[in-house]
Amino acid sequence: MELFWYIVLMTMLAIYVILDGYDFGAGIIHLFFAKEEKDKKAITNAIGPFWDANEVWLIAAGGVLFFAFPTLYASSFSGFYLPLIMILWLLIFRATGLELRGQIHNNMWESIWDKAFGISSFLLALFFGIALGNVVRGVNLGNVINGESTHEAHYFFLPLWNPTFSPQTEQLGIIDWFTLLLGIIGVVALTIHGANWIIFKTSSKLNEKLKKVVFNLNIVLVVLVIISLLVWHVIEPKPFHNFINNPWFIIFPIICFTGLFGLFNVKRFKKHGKGFLFSSLFLFGGLTSTVASIFPKVLPSTNNINPDLTLYNVAADSYGLSVGVYWFVIAAILVVVYFTIQYRVFKGKMDNVGYGEH
Amino acid sequence: MEDMLFYDRMQFAFTITFHYLFPQLTMGLSLMIVYFKWKFLRCKIEKYNNAAKFWMKIFALNFAMGVVTGIPMEFQFGTNWAKFSELTGGIIGQTLAMEGMFSFFLESSFLGLFLFGEKLLGHKLHFVTGFLVFLGSWASGYLIIATHSWMQYPVGYEVLENGKFILNNFGALFSNPWLLPSYLHNQAASLVTSSFVVAAIGAFYLLNNKHHEFGKLFVKTGVIFGLISSLLVAFPTGDLAAKNVAEHQPVTFAAMEGIFETEEGGSEIVLIGQPNILEKKLDNKIAVPNILSFLTYQDWSAEVKGLNEFDQENYPTNIPGLYYSYHIMVGLGTIFIGLMLLAVVQLIRKKLYKTKWILWSLMFMLPFPYIANTTGWYTAELGRQPWLVYNLLRTTEGASPTVSSGNTLFTLLGFIGLYLLLGMLFLLLAGKIINKGPQLNQEH
Repeated sequence: MELFWYIVLMTMLAIYVILDGYDFGAGIIHLFFAKEEKDKKAITNAIGPFWDANEVWLIAAGGVLFFAFPTLYASSFSGFYLPLIMILWLLIFRATGLELRGQIHNNMWESIWDKAFGISSFLLALFFGIALGNVVRGVNLGNVINGESTHEAHYFFLPLWNPTFSPQTEQLGIIDWFTLLLGIIGVVALTIHGANWIIFKTSSKLNEKLKKVVFNLNIVLVVLVIISLLVWHVIEPKPFHNFINNPWFIIFPIICFTGLFGLFNVKRFKKHGKGFLFSSLFLFGGLTSTVASIFPKVLPSTNNINPDLTLYNVAADSYGLSVGVYWFVIAAILVVVYFTIQYRVFKGKMDNVGYGEH
Repeated sequence: MEDMLFYDRMQFAFTITFHYLFPQLTMGLSLMIVYFKWKFLRCKIEKYNNAAKFWMKIFALNFAMGVVTGIPMEFQFGTNWAKFSELTGGIIGQTLAMEGMFSFFLESSFLGLFLFGEKLLGHKLHFVTGFLVFLGSWASGYLIIATHSWMQYPVGYEVLENGKFILNNFGALFSNPWLLPSYLHNQAASLVTSSFVVAAIGAFYLLNNKHHEFGKLFVKTGVIFGLISSLLVAFPTGDLAAKNVAEHQPVTFAAMEGIFETEEGGSEIVLIGQPNILEKKLDNKIAVPNILSFLTYQDWSAEVKGLNEFDQENYPTNIPGLYYSYHIMVGLGTIFIGLMLLAVVQLIRKKLYKTKWILWSLMFMLPFPYIANTTGWYTAELGRQPWLVYNLLRTTEGASPTVSSGNTLFTLLGFIGLYLLLGMLFLLLAGKIINKGPQLNQEH
């Protein structure tokens, strides 16, 4: 039962990353590449009707985490207190940037909210990458100092950084060079992903330029991914042993690399949705490979005193988990129906939706 | 430790108070928009569709505010109340996860279609999307109040040796006797807010001599919905909710009514008076004898237990705050019924649109349903103190063990700053929409 909910949770998180990921990416493109009003309009039209529903995947995933793995929810949300609250603030800025921009026609007003939308999207992509880095690197569970736990075994607290920016010290920080590397991968990957979405959903003049951007950034992404694999042993001495012990896990890296290398054909794609498909594969494969590499751990311990948090020692009791399956299946079917309707009504190019016009 | 708990509580109180300014309008308003749209479909008078479109703009703005301020609520259970989440997540996680799965997806998927899809969908389907948004927002309220009810009156649970609460009866969460009265009370109160807002904007237009047709429509719709909902808030829903408190949380009931000592031969109802905790009495009290006994037990001489009968360590932690919240809520609720009754009488006599003093009153009444809703929630929440889960888990045991008060104060200040900015932007934009007013032609 724990495993079922673990798969549900990871699936929901992957969907969240793929869906809201293109919103963040579109925001980054908006910040760096959209110079003309027409281009900006095209971008906000392409995500306007969707971003809110996409964000719901985060809330719903949070709800499932709370209900199925309450100990993990409590431990990680209090331990990652500062970055989580900052993510909330950034989500607020992202939403207000998108929603308020079109309310008043004034250059100053519009450029303020353009920047709010762009910068918060950029930082969200960075923070989510850093967050993934923190999970795989692990934390000092129980806040062990000099060999003694100073808190209950499954609680911890991390400051934003420590002076050494090293992932190998006893007193870790949220941002160190390893997590920052994953953060940068997040930004690059989501920028590509957002560009692919814009190419898919608009017939903007920007599209030709974006295809070049995708191609060039993909080279950067390949380099960054290789670097990360080379340094991965710093946080986990045997990074691949899960893939050796469970050979079928190799499917996740295969998906990841299919997406990554498939994207080099971006200029040749006839169908506009293809690029988006490949960047989705990369994101899905990258995320699942990363969590599979620590499976069944969900939050490793960096000290030898307190045990890792695994999906089995953080789960709710079995009655609650079983009864949840009934309502979850009904809800999941409904969600599929809603999304089908939504994407069918807003199918094809979105240039004339008129998002944010009043 | 004391500081930490204080800031945790302040942050939750501040963010939830600000958040709930928006859903209380959108829940009620979604029903009224569905009404306007339905009216348009039935009698094909363009005015109703334009009214629906106008209120959709206000709705969209409020909904966006509700969404962005709502996400911090779900996160804060984990960030600030980790111990509470760890111990009770197996139970309240059920209803909160259901809220995400059942109502947020419904609302957010169809809100986009509702706001941008009128041309694509045609009027009938557009009405359906509006109805689904309404359904989603009311389902959300239901699941939140199911969670709230479990904290007030825990059911279907078992406590393990390590202090964890586990669920043993899923159905009990929804047949909880606390749930239905609270839910209906809250939804009626949300309809009070939206009715007063609709009526106030209508009165504003009439008094300003602009958008005359819409002014009349809004005032009329507002006062009719307003009278019905104000009455429903008091009876039967408010009455039943209060009886639940009297039965299951007698110490809370004594504190909110301001009963320090049990009275022989029936309790009086306190109208005015300031609680004096040190001397255990009310200063300059005005009270009517025996009414409270009658209202609570339908018996003029029934005994209502005073605070003196309970253990001091189980007293609500903020008795004056609880007492004032409750009295402000009840006082305002009574005024709402009175004003709406007068307005409806004038409406029937066809004199409402010319009765200036009622129009002025309706306009100035706009903030008060918000105050009544907020103090109503304060009554429920302060009334539950010192417990998180009534009689089982104290608030002092629920906070995050590793988050220091310095970090909580930092984020609290951040939230205050950010929400002040949001509040100003909201007022600016709402003012702009209201000032522009509804548009007569079909294409705006």
